[in-house]
Amino acid sequence: MDEAIYLAMTGAKQTEIAQAINTNNLANISTTGFRADLHAFSSVPVEGPGVDSRINAVVETYGTDFSQGPTTFTGRDLDVAIQGPGFIAVQAPDGSEAYTRAGDLRVDSSGLLMTGRGDLVLGNAGPVSIPPNAGLTIGTDGSITVQPLGQGPEALSLIDRLKLVNPDVKQLAKGEDGLLRHVDALPLEPDGAVRVTSGALEQSNVNAAMTLINMIELSRQYEMQVNIIREAKDNADASADLLNVT
Amino acid sequence: MNQALWAAKTGLDAQQTRMSVISNNLANVNTTGFKQSRVVFEDLLYQNVRQAGGQTSQDTELPSGLMIGTGSRVVATEKSFSQGSVLSTGNGLDVMVDGRGFFQILTPDGNLAYTRDGSFQQNAEGQLVTASGYVVQPGITIPPNSQSITIGADGIVSVTQAGQATPAQVGTLQIVDFINPVGLQPIGENLFRETASSGTPQPGTPGQNGLGSVRQGALEGSNVNVVTELIGMIETQRAYEMNSKAISTNDQMMQYLNNNV
Repeated sequence: MDEAIYLAMTGAKQTEIAQAINTNNLANISTTGFRADLHAFSSVPVEGPGVDSRINAVVETYGTDFSQGPTTFTGRDLDVAIQGPGFIAVQAPDGSEAYTRAGDLRVDSSGLLMTGRGDLVLGNAGPVSIPPNAGLTIGTDGSITVQPLGQGPEALSLIDRLKLVNPDVKQLAKGEDGLLRHVDALPLEPDGAVRVTSGALEQSNVNAAMTLINMIELSRQYEMQVNIIREAKDNADASADLLNVT
Repeated sequence: MNQALWAAKTGLDAQQTRMSVISNNLANVNTTGFKQSRVVFEDLLYQNVRQAGGQTSQDTELPSGLMIGTGSRVVATEKSFSQGSVLSTGNGLDVMVDGRGFFQILTPDGNLAYTRDGSFQQNAEGQLVTASGYVVQPGITIPPNSQSITIGADGIVSVTQAGQATPAQVGTLQIVDFINPVGLQPIGENLFRETASSGTPQPGTPGQNGLGSVRQGALEGSNVNVVTELIGMIETQRAYEMNSKAISTNDQMMQYLNNNV
């Protein structure tokens, strides 16, 4: 059979997948701390008899865009934004240690600190428990200070410190739950140099303009692949006509 | 059939929910004791098509895989319990909590509910009730011939009666606190209900053990920041437009395929 039609089909299908990745970024334009997924095409030659022309394009996510997203001021004590590189360590539902940039923290009924999506936030000694308090401050190094209920500011006490890590981003991969994990699945050592700002949140780092341009480009690329499919079909029709015995 | 279409659909849904929450905040900009909500977004599950690190031969492995995200959703709406603005009304039955704590209200179904709205009134029996007529707990009855009502910072309600020089105590306004007020369930009529997430109510005397004190003649306004909400509205609208653009683009791709093959 004609190779061209299969090559174009693979191209169209892979472009659809790339469009799905791109659209997912767009859908997460308001997700706090979201890191955009990057996609790329690579060529996969299939060798066989005849001219070496069967080179298929295959899409892959070549990682995550770790550039900093815009920081917005919220004024809420439990909102933290990481300044520069670094991640907040959380406990994923499966018990493993994972990392996130989403600092919209909250406290559950038993006083445990968790992220907005419900993962336990890790301190330097496991999950952080916040006692009932009249005021809470998160310092630039992630240290959590509370003013106990019914006591004055003289009774401020240091509870724990957020586990902030700063691994090489090349060693991080996104899991199926959207959290980042180290490729070796080892718990990382805290890094004292990571700085956070409380009362602010880091937004998604999806660049709306770039995503829309990508979307147009992928859409046109798709049309070109479809054109090749049509050409292949027309060619096949033409040769069928020639061979037609009337 | 087309994953991108569904991812864009989840984006539209999430932005629509965010717009509802913003609209509700703006609609309640003048509601006494109203607490602003915000939405918490999360990314949905990823579909792992090609696992990064998979072996491509005995000595080589895939440097990167293929993960396709399936969109976003609103995972929670979170109330901010920051103090609202103080509205000085001068009305003797208007009280506000300055700091942590809620007033306890008995709803008609016999359950307790909690509120920050202290615009109380009297019913026919002289009981202290909310604007909806629900009795404040523990019940406080104002005698019929009272000349003036004083509510102290510690919640003690005293009245001066005609012909009497010294005021008489008629009850105490109790307030309750929760470990996690954000977990309270709003049920309308400015009321909140206890949930497993909020923890159990801990009653106390106003002004003690970290509870806020009670201020007579003032009300707590809504804590909605109009500017924040309007900016959020612009952002939501543009994000919504971009997601609908993604749907039309994907639609055109499929249309092109159908028309040409």
